[in-house]
Amino acid sequence: MNNLRQQFPILSQKINGQPLVYFDNAATAQKPQAVLDAINDFYTKYNSNVHRSFNPLGEKATQLYEEARQKVAQFINAKSAPEIIFTSGTTESINLVAQAWGQRNLKKGDRVVISIAEHHSNFVPWLQLKEEVGIEIDVIPLSNDYKLDIKKARTLLQQNNVKLLAITGCSNVLGEITNLQPLLDEARERGIVTLVDAAQLIAHEKIDVQKLGCDFLAFSGHKLFGPTGIGVLYARKELLEQMPAWQGGGEMIQEVHQDSFTVNELPHRFEAGTPNIAGAVGLGAAIDFVMENFDIIKKREQELTEYFLEKINQLDFIKLVGGQESKNRAPVFSFTIDGVHPHDAADILGERGIILRAGHHCAQPLHESLSLEATLRASLSFYNTTEEIDKFFKELTLVYKKFQ
Amino acid sequence: MDLYSQNIIDHYKNPRNRGRLKDGNLAHNEANYSCGDKLSVDLKVENEVIKVFKFTGGGCAISQAAMSILGESIKNKSIDEILELNFSNIKKMLGVPISERRLKCALLGLMTIQNALLKKQGKEMKKWTDYIEE
Repeated sequence: MNNLRQQFPILSQKINGQPLVYFDNAATAQKPQAVLDAINDFYTKYNSNVHRSFNPLGEKATQLYEEARQKVAQFINAKSAPEIIFTSGTTESINLVAQAWGQRNLKKGDRVVISIAEHHSNFVPWLQLKEEVGIEIDVIPLSNDYKLDIKKARTLLQQNNVKLLAITGCSNVLGEITNLQPLLDEARERGIVTLVDAAQLIAHEKIDVQKLGCDFLAFSGHKLFGPTGIGVLYARKELLEQMPAWQGGGEMIQEVHQDSFTVNELPHRFEAGTPNIAGAVGLGAAIDFVMENFDIIKKREQELTEYFLEKINQLDFIKLVGGQESKNRAPVFSFTIDGVHPHDAADILGERGIILRAGHHCAQPLHESLSLEATLRASLSFYNTTEEIDKFFKELTLVYKKFQ
Repeated sequence: MDLYSQNIIDHYKNPRNRGRLKDGNLAHNEANYSCGDKLSVDLKVENEVIKVFKFTGGGCAISQAAMSILGESIKNKSIDEILELNFSNIKKMLGVPISERRLKCALLGLMTIQNALLKKQGKEMKKWTDYIEE
């Protein structure tokens, strides 16, 4: 374990003379040396543009880029690599679906079912379609235990005209891992297209898109220990083939004439312009890292989750916004502190080297539904330690006392 | 020096002039949407001079304490005097170092008061960039 943590150079630095305690992994995870090396190697040795380059350097860059695509396909068990579209991140992936698939397939009165726990990036693209096309949006509420209300979800999916279920695999606020299978099964039986926002889920669970049976799945590289600016849209080939190209430009075309163009084959049709080649290569290295260490990552996260829950429950001035069970839970903990605004706590703890996020975490509808203005969030990863959790709660208690 | 001085925490926990004004003649609210801090002010202005000030709102200690501290100093000041106030005046009033990430927290109160007055004068209201470029 120690050895694994040591592979993340940023974690050994100090802030204001205090060791860095990085508890903001749900926002972005840190990068192991192997990812940093892969990016550096690419720019040092292989940088050139991909595809259509009749030279050895371009050939190598193309090879590395397409290898990264293969790794992603393997990682989530896609049937084939062309089902993997590289995007800039989860947000762009979902927008691609909303624009390329949604604009063509959704009409006024059609319904899209989402959940109250969605991140803004799985809320706003559908609200935009509501404005542009006139679709209706149904929101699955939470039940008392902070899990999605499955009964209500079923009722919503059983309505007429439901065309899409777009749902998070894991809430970035509550840490709850969605029980996706029954929802996806219900949707599939009814011919409803499904999209899973796996931005959070990807770093905590093994994902098998064929087993899940989802049509679309979106995630970002940077929450999976990869670089920022690279993300993935998985889409079932049958759907991709029917979708019009999204952005126009180089790479996505076959031929261009003064008055017409023809589109390239999959997946390039959806990757207009020079892609984030180094980003894809870095993501590939991150996936290698995760695949190699997945069992340790999973075990370690479970231990940290249990320890954190045990500690947080000993402090009566903290109210956890999320379930108490350590099962089916990512180590993402949002909470409020009596008498202390989350922003103040984040600022003070930050000065002590403890990096957290405060606010609504791009989940304003969820906060509103819980009558919360803001929460403080500690999101851990496998490289965090129980000593860091102890230090965090000690410092948090001092903050609480300061405001009494 | 600590951002969270005794004075700041005191104003946060015991805000001065908190509440609504029934016989005010000027009301305005502002929010910092990036973090959710909100302030609403009620003013009674007579002959271009602030006579009574009340505020409500919610948010971090800095935003609420800054409003409370600024509110104490504006009574019997003229509209022109208040419109001249800028970030450095606020910094002096707060007496603590304000880092870049807390700039808007510290300025929200000033922005709310000044925009109330600018609105009354029918002038263009201030935006964050107007303060930050100062």
